[in-house]
Amino acid sequence: MTSRLVDGDLQTALLAALGTVRDPELDESIVDLGFVTEATTADGHAHVRLRLPTYFCAPNFAYLMVADAHDAALSVPQIDTVSVVLEEHFAAEEINSGVAAELGFVRSFPGEAGADLTELRANFQRKAHLAAMERACARLLRDGWTIDMLPKARLADLPDGAERRSLLRRRADVGLPLREEALVFVDDAGVAVRPEDAPIRLRFARTVRVSIDGNAHFCRGLLVTRYPESAATQRPRPFTEEGPR
Amino acid sequence: MYTKNGESYFVVDGHVHFWDGSPANQANIHGTQFIDCFYDYHKNLSPAEWLWPKEKFQKYSEDDLIHDLFEVGYVDKAIFQPTYLTDFYTNGFNTTEQDGAIAEKYPDRFIVNGAWDPRDGDAGLRKLAELAARWNLKGVKLYTAEWRGDSHGWKLSDREAFKYLEKCQELGITNIHVHKGPTIRPLERDAFDVHDVDVAATEFTGLNFIVEHVGLPRLEDFCWIGTQEPNVYGGLAVAMPFIHSRPRYFAQIVGELLYWIGEDKILFASDYAIWQPKWLIEKFVDFEIPADMTEYPELTADVKRKILGLNAAALYDLEVPPGLAAKVPGQPEAEVAVGASS
Repeated sequence: MTSRLVDGDLQTALLAALGTVRDPELDESIVDLGFVTEATTADGHAHVRLRLPTYFCAPNFAYLMVADAHDAALSVPQIDTVSVVLEEHFAAEEINSGVAAELGFVRSFPGEAGADLTELRANFQRKAHLAAMERACARLLRDGWTIDMLPKARLADLPDGAERRSLLRRRADVGLPLREEALVFVDDAGVAVRPEDAPIRLRFARTVRVSIDGNAHFCRGLLVTRYPESAATQRPRPFTEEGPR
Repeated sequence: MYTKNGESYFVVDGHVHFWDGSPANQANIHGTQFIDCFYDYHKNLSPAEWLWPKEKFQKYSEDDLIHDLFEVGYVDKAIFQPTYLTDFYTNGFNTTEQDGAIAEKYPDRFIVNGAWDPRDGDAGLRKLAELAARWNLKGVKLYTAEWRGDSHGWKLSDREAFKYLEKCQELGITNIHVHKGPTIRPLERDAFDVHDVDVAATEFTGLNFIVEHVGLPRLEDFCWIGTQEPNVYGGLAVAMPFIHSRPRYFAQIVGELLYWIGEDKILFASDYAIWQPKWLIEKFVDFEIPADMTEYPELTADVKRKILGLNAAALYDLEVPPGLAAKVPGQPEAEVAVGASS
């Protein structure tokens, strides 16, 4: 029999697992966003409670977060059963019971949902990758690269740091290669951007980044407005634009 | 009109409400939560001195409306955008009729917009014609994510929606305000997706499509469409109040919009009573793009004049008082900020 983690360690492991769950729209950990209000363990059972910035937050994204939290908790060794409870949301009942029964989105809302959320998730992973790619390109530009050189940049050219780590994780999400010789500035399919397209592609990627960041500011602020105590649990959003770069 | 440092600005508030979210009008928990959600928006992004008590926010008076917009708020003309929500509120949240009753008491102050839903079929088309005749409609406000019966929302690119857009053209309703927004029912696709606007704008070049909230939280998709289509505009409701809480982020939104869709396509809006035009306008006129954001152009007085009123005045054919037009002529109508060819 393997030695068991003591309770405190198990709780830490659970929280770490939940930290890998991201809000797909905001591209940020649900723990850092302050969405997790409870993560406790007892006798091999994990209990997780979640809250969202509004009662009307889109049910599709809410479902993904609850389902991902469920899977993340179950992935922790020594956790055998999990209950995840989303609170104060109009579709909480359907989402909580649907995830608990592992019904999937369509069967959690019989007659109301026409397809699963695979494409929705993939679309937001592509957006998150674009935003991370733009940050990586901005880093290279600060290091002296020019826009017309960017299409030749390889992962090996990116210095170790937040931009590089952020990009690698999102490349993994969308299935792009992580080899050091792989190109940085690519389209969704991994095809190199042509030098003549580089300026407008970079502009568009920046707009994606601005859009996601703005949405995150709004949602973070709304969470604190709705639950003032959440201010203490939110961690600052990385790469924030407030304050000089 | 607002005047500062010798510059005067004609102001059109492109998105205002006169709602009743009071407990007496709430039909169910969704009605309670809906106004609570608006109130959180209000609290989250307003300066402290502008916060209202919840009771006032749920249902404010006609005097409040007139005072806040016209007496202290610098607004010359305000556009009522209806939000029916009849499933949540017994008498509706904010209907065309309710707006119209106020507008008739204050001539030349308000523009009354209507609403339609393509799922109402032929009866809805007749109703639209009546509404247009009664209120002299020049614009409508549409919500595409609304569920009804077995229908999971609709798209502007739907055949049925095209019939209504044709009707709008025929009735002289040239301004189609599109609110992409949250749905309260499950949806496998993104309820904020604006791509159907592209299809409709290509097909109906005689209509103007004003995407509310400049497409947020899908700013990039909106900007891309705005680049391709000369008849697509962006309304700044909800984006405006970031000027107070996150000014650098506000600079980025405006900077991106100026780059992609240009200064002639952006419309000021307060979303009153979520936010108040007075402080938004004062801060906007004072606002400058931070010096280190060299990628964005300068926000000149002329650009501000266009955003605050002249662009909406052009769409709604409003008379701009002498001396308040932009001093430098704008770019030709058909041109967009970024070539679609690139």
